[in-house]
Amino acid sequence: MSPETLAPLHARMVLIRTFEESVLALFAQGELFGTTHTCLGQEAVAVGVLSQVTRDDVVFSNHRCHGHYLALFDDPAGLMAELMGRTTGLCGGVGGSQHLHRENFYTNGVQGGIVPCAAGMALAEKFKKTGRIAVVFLGDGTLGEGVVYETLNLASLWQLPLLFVVEANGFAQSTPTALQLAGSITQRAAAFGLRTAEGDGNDLAAVATLAADAVAYVRRETKPFWLVLNTYRLGPHSKGDDHRPAEELLRAHERDPLARLCARVTAPAIAAAKTDARARIAAAIAAARVAPFPTAAA
Amino acid sequence: MERCAPVLNRSLHALFAERADVILLGEDLLDPYGGAFKVSAGLSTKFPDRVLTTPISEAAIVGVAGGLALRGLRPIVEIMFGDFTTLAADQIINHLAKFRGIYHGQVSCPVVIRTPMGARRGYGPTHSQSLEKIFLGIPGLTVVAPSRHHELGELLRRAVVDSTDPVLFIENKAMYAQPHEPPVAGRVAEFSTRTTADRFPTLTFSLNDFAPPDLTIATYGGMTPLALQAALELAMEHELFAEIIVPSQLSPLPTAELLTSLSASRRLLVAEEGTLTAGWGAEVVARLMDTADFPFASARVAAANSIIPTSRPLEDAMLPQPADLIAAAIKLTSSPRR
Repeated sequence: MSPETLAPLHARMVLIRTFEESVLALFAQGELFGTTHTCLGQEAVAVGVLSQVTRDDVVFSNHRCHGHYLALFDDPAGLMAELMGRTTGLCGGVGGSQHLHRENFYTNGVQGGIVPCAAGMALAEKFKKTGRIAVVFLGDGTLGEGVVYETLNLASLWQLPLLFVVEANGFAQSTPTALQLAGSITQRAAAFGLRTAEGDGNDLAAVATLAADAVAYVRRETKPFWLVLNTYRLGPHSKGDDHRPAEELLRAHERDPLARLCARVTAPAIAAAKTDARARIAAAIAAARVAPFPTAAA
Repeated sequence: MERCAPVLNRSLHALFAERADVILLGEDLLDPYGGAFKVSAGLSTKFPDRVLTTPISEAAIVGVAGGLALRGLRPIVEIMFGDFTTLAADQIINHLAKFRGIYHGQVSCPVVIRTPMGARRGYGPTHSQSLEKIFLGIPGLTVVAPSRHHELGELLRRAVVDSTDPVLFIENKAMYAQPHEPPVAGRVAEFSTRTTADRFPTLTFSLNDFAPPDLTIATYGGMTPLALQAALELAMEHELFAEIIVPSQLSPLPTAELLTSLSASRRLLVAEEGTLTAGWGAEVVARLMDTADFPFASARVAAANSIIPTSRPLEDAMLPQPADLIAAAIKLTSSPRR
């Protein structure tokens, strides 16, 4: 990946990291209400994969969706206002952290259920002959849901232009993968006749390359593809619910996808990206704070 | 007189001919089989690109329909037996019915899920239930359950064409083989009828030309012929005149016709084929209690709290029969009007 290509992707990862850290800080300060699921440590997946699709393609994400939204739209203001329940949020504050929609981007908060919906979207685009593809993000925890396998069968049977991206972040909420998942993640899809690939989800360049190949295949062949990206959730599942041993987290930080880019991005560029992200997110928070809350319809 | 299943079938054919965005998904839809109850017969031959026979995957096919609808198409899903809607409940409740609301009205999700419910055909405990009560009161979901006296084809067309939210369209399976008999010039056999102008109309039946009734019977779907039969016997044998109110939309519940009738009769009998507890009838009674500015007495007739046995005599004993309605009506009218 050339430095010219890398710089904006790195900056977007920094934006996502800073956004998610701010979200947790706002919860700690009591400024956010409800719950959230941050993607700390998984920024390379969001940015690497979604740098390879167009805004015309359909993307369906899950409860852990902030990074996907920011990777596609670069809109911390709209997302922050949504999280803060304001009218200026991208769904008027109604959807909140897990229920986002803009243009061809959708999210929902129930594990697995989004997968057949995304397949239906891929089927719609195939039916309309638009050349668009659908991308659905799921996690290793989602693989416990039966509807995922119903959908794998349908996607293969009907040759749907659907890219499954499995963000294997090591956990189903608090349960480590070893305690909740048998067998191979890639072999699951291979058994349904899908082409698969697996790679390091914390290596931005590797993710982008794998995603480029996968997207090209799905678009060219009008067939589904199963892309497994191994990553690690550095933050808690939602807010304060983290009981992992300190030494495990310490080891994980050595694989931090942002830290791994330090050798490839200049120190001034890193500093500039952080400064810019902080300023934009501070502005997003400030704007949301003064934006009106929605009022209930009479 | 045409039977109800072919009427629905003709409506589907007309919809497919009229609109290129209508797609049908379901199990065993292809000709010559044409779906388990033949309501989809002939469609796969005439419109092969738009009839998708599916694996036995109720959750996935309802989810796929949700995705199709969000992207501008008008999918219809056939769930072979209403009992299997439980397998798709997450899709119906947490996905299809939610999308328009959670996305702040930026999308619509016009999916029609057609499914047969009901017993009296000896299919036993897992292929005979009336489970629609599980889906009542889900915001964003409309539940429609027409009787054989509703304009079935038109109701199905409206569900597909005139909806921004998902519609669960319940087809009583005993009704499939019964004659389709919508009112002609305001009459069905011995009954005078009135039809509301709603998208999914409510029918009112009267044996005394809408003179003030002795009681009001609220029912729907496959219970309708039994309620009409009971009303005839009540009039002829007991000189009790019932007005029978038959909504085709179960949820949200239209109450105008019920209130009008009840304001005269002050006695409400609700009859449904499903089990009693937390049923449609409970909502009807409670809703009318909330909104009526007059007192009234009420009773409910429903299936016994049991599985549905397969053996015919046991199934008959478990299900509400006309005699149950008659007994309940006599008891209800034995006290002075409130």
